[in-house]
Amino acid sequence: MSSLPAPVGEPRRLHGWGRTAPSVAEVVTPRDPEEVATAIRGAGPRGVIARGLGRSYGDPAQNGGGRVVEMTGLSRIHSIDAESGLVDVDAGVSLDTLMRAALPFGLWLPVLPGTRQVTIGGAIGADIHGKAHHVVGSFGNHVESMVLVTADGAVRELTPDGEGSELFWATVGGMGLTGIVVRARLRLHHVETAYFLVDTDQIDNLDDLMDRQTRDDEKYAESVSWFDAVTTGPHFGRGILTRANHARLDDLPEKLRAQPLKFDAPQLLTVPDVFPPGMLNKLTGKIFSELWYRKSPTKHGAVQNITQFLHPLDIIGEWNRGYGPNGFLQYQFVVPPDRGDVIRTVLERITAAGKVSALNVLKRFGEGNRAPLSFPRPGWTLCVDIPIGRGLGELCDELDTIVLDAGGRHYLAKESRTSAEAIRRGYPRLDEWRKVRAAVDPEGVFASDMSRRLELV
Amino acid sequence: MIDAVGNPQSILLLGGTSEIGLAVVEAFASDRPMRVVLAARPSPRLDEARARLEGRGCAVETVEFDATDLGSHADVVQKAFAGGDVDVAVVAFGLLGDNEQAWTDAAHAVELAQVNYTAAVSVGVLVADRLKEQGHGALVALSSVAGERARRSNFVYGSTKAGLDAFYSGLTEALRPHGVVVTVVRPGFVHTKMTEGLQAAPLSTTPEAVAAIVADAVRTRKELVWAPAPLRFVMSILRHVPRPIFRRLPL
Repeated sequence: MSSLPAPVGEPRRLHGWGRTAPSVAEVVTPRDPEEVATAIRGAGPRGVIARGLGRSYGDPAQNGGGRVVEMTGLSRIHSIDAESGLVDVDAGVSLDTLMRAALPFGLWLPVLPGTRQVTIGGAIGADIHGKAHHVVGSFGNHVESMVLVTADGAVRELTPDGEGSELFWATVGGMGLTGIVVRARLRLHHVETAYFLVDTDQIDNLDDLMDRQTRDDEKYAESVSWFDAVTTGPHFGRGILTRANHARLDDLPEKLRAQPLKFDAPQLLTVPDVFPPGMLNKLTGKIFSELWYRKSPTKHGAVQNITQFLHPLDIIGEWNRGYGPNGFLQYQFVVPPDRGDVIRTVLERITAAGKVSALNVLKRFGEGNRAPLSFPRPGWTLCVDIPIGRGLGELCDELDTIVLDAGGRHYLAKESRTSAEAIRRGYPRLDEWRKVRAAVDPEGVFASDMSRRLELV
Repeated sequence: MIDAVGNPQSILLLGGTSEIGLAVVEAFASDRPMRVVLAARPSPRLDEARARLEGRGCAVETVEFDATDLGSHADVVQKAFAGGDVDVAVVAFGLLGDNEQAWTDAAHAVELAQVNYTAAVSVGVLVADRLKEQGHGALVALSSVAGERARRSNFVYGSTKAGLDAFYSGLTEALRPHGVVVTVVRPGFVHTKMTEGLQAAPLSTTPEAVAAIVADAVRTRKELVWAPAPLRFVMSILRHVPRPIFRRLPL
């Protein structure tokens, strides 16, 4: 079918969820794998990269001067097998769509990140993780097979263990640089309800918070903590630890039992694009932190729905606009289990630099997977949001050193400003990945602003 | 790419020994070292600049560039982009000249016009073409408040900067849809070798201060800045002062 006419793209200015570092690329929106192959074959000298819903914070899904293949046009759910839990979906389907479609069958996506507005292709490319990582691992662990269109336009089916497994694992976490995933089969988990049985613990300092997470995380399917990095002194790092298991039918109150798999996600408001820079400052940060801390007193065994427990921010559409036109930066790293001290050091440096981070999320990761560029590894992962402002670059460079010296690394889906050297240090298997990628894309057809910036290929 | 916190990875300085230009490079390099391309005629000053930037951890390339040799510009720009994307390009070369000589000696006037205007337009077109292909980048042009309203004491230079200013202001609009930000910088009197021995005008400034304004403008994607900033208001008044009064002002 190479006789298909070349797709006509339109130039569009693209940026990531952090609203920083835009570039202009020719965007094409194919509707099937054939059109994807045509879009790849017709790529110019600056190459091509896939883009899903644009939830990566930095620049992995933009390609200045080149072509960007918008994958949301491939949006079919081909099959859902309630018994085996296997689903067969197009790569442009969002986790939100898939979750809603699978829930009525009693099936649950084992890996859900902080937002469900992520495509299957993006979830594979960034090997995303969620609050259940310590039990279920990252997204790649649940992919039974995937269909990848490579630089030569060939369509390959890859599995984690069979022939082509190397390419499978290079694609997991490979930030779209091995090819374009067009379809995947995933194995979902069985659940009885769409609710969680949540234990919330309000803990008044960072050490105790981390201690609790270390002790009994394994009893819970989901675990994460939010903490306050604005309050200083003995209550520094006071936080809310929320952990949960899927509620069974018996756990639900009478009125919910009639429709235990019902899900509706309200979106109360959409943030208008009118915020001035500097909305988040020491004062508003303090108010936000105080309210967030106070709203969640210690309580065990509460039944919460998906939005309440997993995605409290999804209630507000386009919440990234609240940071104003200069955008913001999300800094996420992981350090080994015995280097929990880095969490405190990093927070103290941020506070000392006069920066305000209101959304601080801390989690303990379980085992990583075989993908050379997969981010999760056993240890602590911290994620902070900081509005763009003066001195932020220097602060982050300083934090990089602390993280890398402790044997840690950065999450590429959040990355927007580090150096090529930092990625080399953090991902010791980078060269191994490069070999696989060079074999499948010798001419470097797949490229992104991120791949150029971080010299990934 | 200029990353999320405004650090470029590469910078091209056309006029590789320009004091303001080098101060701009250093302003970025002090936050994070980067790849630097200095385009200039070979000279001890160029070697010095190279050594200083390498001392800061930058990887420095030099490209031979003579602004008056218009025919060579395409080749110069091609070489300047050979090492990869250019995140920031700074058009910093220029001659102040001698106003009294320039308005009475056609050769000198043409020299100023060629270097300050024609050559700046020539490299502007060529660099713009490359930045368009990249789909990202910043292009900075050093204009001057002297171009905002011609003064008796400095009008030949002023006229060349007026031309440059108009060209790059228009280029700002032309390149915007291509993801490229063009920044026109209008400094006042800057203490440099070029202005040595001249009487400093009010609100005079230094290359470092101009550089800080330029770096900030690039990071915040501003399209027009004055250095120092209050000149914007001073000039907006001066532009409208009636001529009989304007000519009596001690400028």
